[in-house]
Amino acid sequence: MTRQQRIEQQLQQLSPLHLDVLNESHGHNVPPNSETHFKLVIVAREFSGLSPVKRHQRVYALLQNELDSGLHALAMHLYSPDEWQGNSPDSPACMGGSKK
Amino acid sequence: MATTQEVIAQQINENPIILYMKGSPNQPQCGFSAKTSQCIMACGFRFAFVDVLANPDIRSELPKYGNWPTFPQLWVKGELIGGCDIVVDLHEKDELKAILAEAAPAS
Repeated sequence: MTRQQRIEQQLQQLSPLHLDVLNESHGHNVPPNSETHFKLVIVAREFSGLSPVKRHQRVYALLQNELDSGLHALAMHLYSPDEWQGNSPDSPACMGGSKK
Repeated sequence: MATTQEVIAQQINENPIILYMKGSPNQPQCGFSAKTSQCIMACGFRFAFVDVLANPDIRSELPKYGNWPTFPQLWVKGELIGGCDIVVDLHEKDELKAILAEAAPAS
């Protein structure tokens, strides 16, 4: 299974009404076909009433294994059903990164 | 000698606005860090920053301290405000300036 598939599977725990998992690694300082940088767009009922920090922490916790094994960056746009207007912001361009 | 966790606690408590980022506001090394520092600079308040690429101990320990695994991280008055996505969103909603104004030292 690819990381993308594992992320999609793991995020089903949020019972998302909308889920986009976009691999944006190609825009960064990593080899071709990497799975290091992702953008997530998630609409879920459980985000209602949670602060932005708590929403992000919830998703980070679900993806801890991936973060521990090479997932480097997650852009996250997390909405309750009421907030969702059908689109999300673009991620910023890379500037070289850690070069580790 | 202070542990890294103690150093982090001291930085966060002594600096009302502090950004942990990759590179510096003038020479950011990551698009997420660049965008976040631009939003903060646009608000016009002085802020502290730590380059986590130059401080590997802090880079490895801060994620545990704040339960937040990535950078940048903006901390205001001892509280984690968020990373790039949250800071940009607050800035676009015109809420970031008020959050920073409350914390900013008189200039």
